[in-house]
Amino acid sequence: MQDEVVLVKDFTKVYSEVIAVDGISFEVHHGEIFGLLGPNGAGKTTTMESLEGLRQPTHGSLSILGVNPMQQPKRLHNLIGVQLQSSGLPGSMTSQEAMEFFCAYHHVPPRQDLLLRLGLGYKLSAQFSTLTTGLQRRLALALAIAHDPPVVLLDEPTAGLDVGSRVELHEVMRELRAKGTTIILATHDMAEAEKMADRVAILLKGRIAATGSPTQLTATGSGLVKISVSSEAGSLSQGATAFPEVSQQLIKDEYVIFYSRDAGATVPAILDYLKTHTDHLVDLRVERPSLEDRFLEITQTDLSNGGKS
Amino acid sequence: MTAFLHHFMYDFRTGLRDKSLLLMNYLFPLGFYALMGLLMTGLNPTFAPTMIPAMILVAMMACTLLGLPNPVVESREAGIFRSFKINGVPALSIVTIPVLSSFVHIILVSILITFTAGPLFKAGLPLNWGYFVLILLLTAFTMASIGMLIGVVSPNSRSIVLFSQSIFLPSMILGGLMVPSNMLPPGLYRISLLLPTSHAMNAWLGLAFGMVPVFDPRWALLVLLSSGVIAFALAIYLFNWDSKNKQSGHSPFLALITLVPYVIAAIFLAR
Repeated sequence: MQDEVVLVKDFTKVYSEVIAVDGISFEVHHGEIFGLLGPNGAGKTTTMESLEGLRQPTHGSLSILGVNPMQQPKRLHNLIGVQLQSSGLPGSMTSQEAMEFFCAYHHVPPRQDLLLRLGLGYKLSAQFSTLTTGLQRRLALALAIAHDPPVVLLDEPTAGLDVGSRVELHEVMRELRAKGTTIILATHDMAEAEKMADRVAILLKGRIAATGSPTQLTATGSGLVKISVSSEAGSLSQGATAFPEVSQQLIKDEYVIFYSRDAGATVPAILDYLKTHTDHLVDLRVERPSLEDRFLEITQTDLSNGGKS
Repeated sequence: MTAFLHHFMYDFRTGLRDKSLLLMNYLFPLGFYALMGLLMTGLNPTFAPTMIPAMILVAMMACTLLGLPNPVVESREAGIFRSFKINGVPALSIVTIPVLSSFVHIILVSILITFTAGPLFKAGLPLNWGYFVLILLLTAFTMASIGMLIGVVSPNSRSIVLFSQSIFLPSMILGGLMVPSNMLPPGLYRISLLLPTSHAMNAWLGLAFGMVPVFDPRWALLVLLSSGVIAFALAIYLFNWDSKNKQSGHSPFLALITLVPYVIAAIFLAR
């Protein structure tokens, strides 16, 4: 038996007559980063909020380390750390006050070290409303993990952050995982999910459209490899060219882009073509399909099926 | 207990740090007190003996009706209560602490008014200090509970203005602060009994300042106590963590139960 920390079974949430989440099931294992991906309105936030004990499921069950979030809120609050999508802090509260306040309610000493670690050392007396978005997010993360919870729920943790802050937050997430903390990460950012998550679930219109590790998901798509080529004379873009295993071809700026089922067959053919046409290669890039490509593929399929996922 | 103290200290400091709260808790009531002391004591010699309770009531109303409810609505709208819930902050603390910190702000302003009004404006001092303090604490509790209840049931800031002003303005005119209740025509006097300030003034004048009360001041104490307890209990009962996800599901109209002691007083205590 695997060590399931979070268990969601046949979870459905209906608001008035709108089905926000429609019978989803998944589990998250100990020390895993689990990504919940999906476009706006897919049901990510509803799922997160139900796990946080903020919303009562219409049907099905959710549990975190065996605790039902709605029925045992007092047991839940020391088990989870939550970084909400919205700020969730009073504007007049200083960073230090916020740390003291939340740690007091979790019955742990304030974690000044976390504020320093996350670059808030020089902003201890600054009121929350005066902090930049990046610092607000860092503070929210510091507060979410200050009581050392076994499960951390992060809702769009890097939205609107600069590159430096994003890298820093990713580093903290890796450290948490290394310590055995289980993380559920709801995000729009496919690159972030691909980089950070061990497994992901793609939500579409309240249902799970795909689940697995990012590598598994990208491998189960159409599997087209993207080959971008730029040459001195631009011979590839001038004539009609047919290369083996290429299913689609387009021109973008000075690059000709080929989508190939087999890069091993296509690339030598392209190089031969350039040699024959006495053209010189400037740049050639071969990229495997990303999670974003797979995500777009899934959402396109959903659209072409008239949304009947 | 440590969490409660941290929460209380934060809330109390916010009452001094936040500009709009500072205005309502201190600047407006003390400015109004200074103005009234300079103008009214000269224009109306009957004002000086009742100046201290009247100015304390203005301070209470500014702090509790104009200052206290807004942060409650703003916190609910901004998702701050959701964050509190996730982190184990109990609803009881969220309702109790602003009431307590308003209580402390009111007491600080009251001390300032009580001990400066005599030397500065020749205001009458209480004859019975025990009753003076008792009525001060009771009225502060009642007004703060009503302010919290307004914050809990108001869906937005516009509603707060409507509910708060429907108590504040009539209290200023009919509540015995500027014009003694016994000078009001019978119809207006009956309406004035629907206001907490009328009962507080009657109790203060009768029990603490040695004046002739309009009606038995013990009834006034009972009305204040019962309405304060009802308002506080309803604020806890009707409290919602989240404006988008109402879990209590109770009708805000239940808040009108707070009016029952005042309605009974208006029926039975009329002259």
